[in-house]
Amino acid sequence: MSKQLIVHAEQVTKSFGDLEILKGIDLQVFRGEVLCIIGPSGSGKSTFLRCINHLEKIDGGRLSVNGSLVGYRQNGDRLYELKDKDVCRERANIGMVFQHFNLFGHKTALENVIEGPVQVKGISKKKATEQGMALLERVGLGSRAHAYPYAMSGGQQQRVAIARALAMEPQLMLFDEPTSSLDPELVGEVLDVMKDLASSGMTMVVVTHEMGFAREVADGIVFIDNGCVVERGQPHDVLGNPQEERTRAFLSAVL
Amino acid sequence: MVVENKLETGREVPAVPTSARALTVVPLKYPGRWVLAIVILVLLALLVRAFVVADIDYSAVVEYLTVPGILEGVRNTLLLLLLSMALGLVLGVLTAVMRQSPNPVLRWVGGGYVWLFRGTPLLVQLLIWFNLAIIFNTFTIPGLVSMPMNALMTPFVAALLGLGINEGAYISEIVRGGILSVDHGQREAASAIGMPRAKIMRRIVLPQAMRVIIPPLGNEFIACLKFTSLAYTISFSELLHSANKIYTANFKVIELLFTVTIWYLALTTVFSVLQQMLEDRLGRSAPGSRPSFARRLRKNLALRRTA
Repeated sequence: MSKQLIVHAEQVTKSFGDLEILKGIDLQVFRGEVLCIIGPSGSGKSTFLRCINHLEKIDGGRLSVNGSLVGYRQNGDRLYELKDKDVCRERANIGMVFQHFNLFGHKTALENVIEGPVQVKGISKKKATEQGMALLERVGLGSRAHAYPYAMSGGQQQRVAIARALAMEPQLMLFDEPTSSLDPELVGEVLDVMKDLASSGMTMVVVTHEMGFAREVADGIVFIDNGCVVERGQPHDVLGNPQEERTRAFLSAVL
Repeated sequence: MVVENKLETGREVPAVPTSARALTVVPLKYPGRWVLAIVILVLLALLVRAFVVADIDYSAVVEYLTVPGILEGVRNTLLLLLLSMALGLVLGVLTAVMRQSPNPVLRWVGGGYVWLFRGTPLLVQLLIWFNLAIIFNTFTIPGLVSMPMNALMTPFVAALLGLGINEGAYISEIVRGGILSVDHGQREAASAIGMPRAKIMRRIVLPQAMRVIIPPLGNEFIACLKFTSLAYTISFSELLHSANKIYTANFKVIELLFTVTIWYLALTTVFSVLQQMLEDRLGRSAPGSRPSFARRLRKNLALRRTA
């Protein structure tokens, strides 16, 4: 059985004004695969991740998730932007976890988790609450279901954010530096949840600086620098025996 | 062993040995505070005395609080206040959202509205609304209505439009500030779970903006209550106008103005309490939230304080 292509990026370009952030990214992620994107800050790795669920619009190239173009409709050699409603439907299948958690501040942990299922998918509140509690249990926070974000540690907030994304039953999870704003002793609890998720077969794209996590969990690693994919390979190859000079320079600085 | 009893400041420590435990601290006296307090109390007493001995019929002040004419004025004042705040809120939220729009025409119209109605005195606006019939004698929506402007622009309608549209301009700025105070990440997170834009505004941004919006909005509400008295000039029978009608007949000018003052104070006090209760309710999801106003009131009124 051939592997199912989930993320397919072809020559993706993106500029902010005159500054070209992505200079033609080619990338493939297959079902069940965990791909870690590493690279120096400003290299475009977060921007690329945000393009995958259309939080940023791409300027050129083609990007599809599970066979459908994100935010666009192709007709001949033109890409037409989709309406907000249609973009929303596609985004609902892609979970995203942010560096700064971005939990809804006026809602409890449980309310954060059920907001999407109830408001976007139209599931009954009772059913969503049952599923939401199960998800909170899964990330180890069943007892904090009724706590507001301000009363939780960064690690707990990030685990709720993961549960919130999972509640939409996504086919793909995007993580944008999920542990970068956590105190060092809280990083582990979030990585544990992510490892658990990876072993359950979730397709994941993770922008991270956690080389240990990448080595242990990732199926593939991509090194992006200056808007280009510099190197891609198995974790032990890229991290242990990098082929490119720029990869070596980056790794020697962070490891 | 000889102990050097001289401190660096030169003060001598008493030679009599005392146990450190037996020492008492004597607080510094502040005689100035007492003098100031007494002076202020005396001045206040003189002020009160001046009003007590003055030629004011205080029983009339109290009596007029509940006469039908004044109660009618209170009712009209509240009606005008609530309706113009409702109109102001709708216009304010609408223009605040317009001013965030990607469409430059919407942004420009929203900005122009705020500029025009914040930049001119409310009294002038009220007079313009009231006198609109001078330039437009009929009000017409083709195919729907056509009526003489005089019949439409009653004092009440003119006051409502004047106050409501003016409030809308101020509320717009308050709401816009509230919206801007919500972190952009909240919108991104809501987008990421597939929420459409309008719903993000309604369910995620505005509820969180409320915490920032409510305190100045409460002030605006109270300010608007007082501004309703301007409708007096276009002879809408609100509280002040009702009092005016009575005192032009019986010449109890100050008495009725005091009656009106008491009513305004009572109303602003009630609204301040309501505002506090609303703020407590919205504060539940914020750190340092305290028990509700009602609970604190019950606790403080209880004969014996409980924990």
